[in-house]
Amino acid sequence: MTTAIRTEDVCRHYAMGESLIRAVDGVSIEVPAGEFVALLGSSGSGKSSLLNLIAGLDRPTSGSVIVEGKDLAKLSREQLSGHRLHTVGMVFQSFNLIHNMTVIENVELPLRFAEVDRGERAGIARAALQRVGLAKRLNHRPSELSGGEQQRTALARALINRPKLLLADEPTGNLDSHTGTEIMNLIREFNESLGMTVVMVTHERALAEQYVERMIFLADGKLVDDQANAAAVVSRVQGGRA
Amino acid sequence: MKAYDLAELAIRNLRESVLRNSLTTVGISVGVASLVAMLSLGIGLQQMATRRLVRSGLFDTVVVTSRRDLRNFNRGEDAENAPDPAQSPVLDEPARQKLEHLPNVVEAYPDLRFITSFTFEDKPHLTMVAGIPSSYKTNDAFEGLQGSFFSSDTASEIILQKTFAADLLGKTQKPGREETPVTELAKPLLGREMTMRYAERVDTAAGAERADAGPGDAANYSIQSHELKLRIVGVTDLDPDSMRGTARARVLLPLKLVQSLHVVQPNAMRDTTQAASNVPTYSTVSVRVKNPAKIQSVEDAVKKLGFNTFSILDATRSMRRFFTVLDLFLGIFGSLALAVASIGIVNTLVMAILERRREIGILKAIGASDIDVKKLFFAEAGVMGAFGGALGVALGWAIGRVINLGTNIYLRRQDMAPEQIWFVPWWLVGSAVAFAIVVSLLSGLYPAARAARLDPVQALRYE
Repeated sequence: MTTAIRTEDVCRHYAMGESLIRAVDGVSIEVPAGEFVALLGSSGSGKSSLLNLIAGLDRPTSGSVIVEGKDLAKLSREQLSGHRLHTVGMVFQSFNLIHNMTVIENVELPLRFAEVDRGERAGIARAALQRVGLAKRLNHRPSELSGGEQQRTALARALINRPKLLLADEPTGNLDSHTGTEIMNLIREFNESLGMTVVMVTHERALAEQYVERMIFLADGKLVDDQANAAAVVSRVQGGRA
Repeated sequence: MKAYDLAELAIRNLRESVLRNSLTTVGISVGVASLVAMLSLGIGLQQMATRRLVRSGLFDTVVVTSRRDLRNFNRGEDAENAPDPAQSPVLDEPARQKLEHLPNVVEAYPDLRFITSFTFEDKPHLTMVAGIPSSYKTNDAFEGLQGSFFSSDTASEIILQKTFAADLLGKTQKPGREETPVTELAKPLLGREMTMRYAERVDTAAGAERADAGPGDAANYSIQSHELKLRIVGVTDLDPDSMRGTARARVLLPLKLVQSLHVVQPNAMRDTTQAASNVPTYSTVSVRVKNPAKIQSVEDAVKKLGFNTFSILDATRSMRRFFTVLDLFLGIFGSLALAVASIGIVNTLVMAILERRREIGILKAIGASDIDVKKLFFAEAGVMGAFGGALGVALGWAIGRVINLGTNIYLRRQDMAPEQIWFVPWWLVGSAVAFAIVVSLLSGLYPAARAARLDPVQALRYE
């Protein structure tokens, strides 16, 4: 199985006044392609910082982050934006949709940066929105949608450029449990049907146990545990047989 | 990102803060309007001056004389290089036709003038007469003409200069006395007839018929006295012939009529060539050029033919220099408002970056590059510049028009003819809009660079 993500002794330190914040401190992990992984830990444990490093939104202070064979620390700013555009798709706790754009325009946005022709864009965006069950909400503004619908829009946007990795930062954090389950089911579906590698940040262990194959625990920026989630694997195998 | 996507996103973003962006755009338009208004007035004034000068006939005319005429205007010039006067060409009708066919020449007409006597109400009056071509109709000097210009090139009609008209009516202006208005002088004279006595040169065939006569050997001619009745059709206020100084004519006749009269010219007796030929020769020929800028090339071409020339070219050069400096100053003053407006653009865009910090973070998170973000802010500045520029040109055009209107109302009250002192050429429209866009883009440089440099992680944390 090929490796999708590999971090080697990666550190991300911030200077805050005279003190040094070690957000990520010497973490080494390896995620095979197609795996569904959760980064778990309490607030300030460094899980979102590690996700940002994998997304190419931030650069490590030391160590290396290798995603799909590319060492992100060695990429230029322009190459990093290309990585965010084509290799990874991101969803956030606060959805991060552009409020003055409609649902379909939000989903189309990464296609504009990828310089896809105007004529092709609408079709691709419609198909993505259909996949997340929002075919009837194309021309609504984010403010007219429920939280679950906004997160579905964000998911459609994250998948529009067919990335190999889906990075989700607390994707159900702002949703009720029922809507959260719907979103998690969608994410699992993408992981299984598209073979996407998914890295999800969450502080809800129960949620992680229900969906992910592997749980990586962080505390104070350090890796404290890395375990396979047997229950999820079993349910997955059973689901596959059914 | 493709250009149309960029423009679409820029316009969408500008619509989000309509009031602020509109005020910034109005700021740019005021700047452009002041620039356009100033320059359009400068250009208008320059055109008015050029038009006046061209219509005066002084700046688009080259006066050509023969080198045989030793009284030439610029005898000293090129004296060393010039051929011997006795061997230089004669300024005759074939030479005039040759001059007329030179490039950039509109017409070449001979200067026919003579002193003769007129009889009006049985009283004789002696004065200088000149033949003028029909192209003089548009001459500035005829702007205040009372009556009308000649009905045709050969009509037995006459236009009087104001001072001669006053002489005819016995109202000769005396020092210290108020001048009689031209309208009053014209009233009793227009339509009246006066008789001109003139001396016609009649070539006799005897010389040519002699057995030993050489080619052109028509030295025999006689002079016959004639009378011609002429109808007064106009009285001019200004003097179209003023550059002639003491030789200026006070009575004007159609040129072709004068040519058909074969009046003996003052140079006929002096010029040996004229004495030996029945081909008319001229003391001077006026060559009218397409526009003052072509004067030099025409002068050079005429000199190559072996004639002397004279023009008031240097005066137009100084005038052009003056207007270039004037336009420069007007442009600088006009641009000051645009400079102030550019600060407004910087302010608006910096505010937009602060407000849209999170949005910039989102754009970067989903794949926008630094260049995409930079281009987006650039496009917003450019769109404001384009709209502001277009609006400014319209506003500047309107301001210039109002100033023109106001000036003309004032001129009319002063009994002066209305003038077009404002002109907006197409190049100014294009340049003003382009200038507004360039200034806006330059103003957008700093905000765009600042937006592009934003750290996406920090920007996404911003609420």
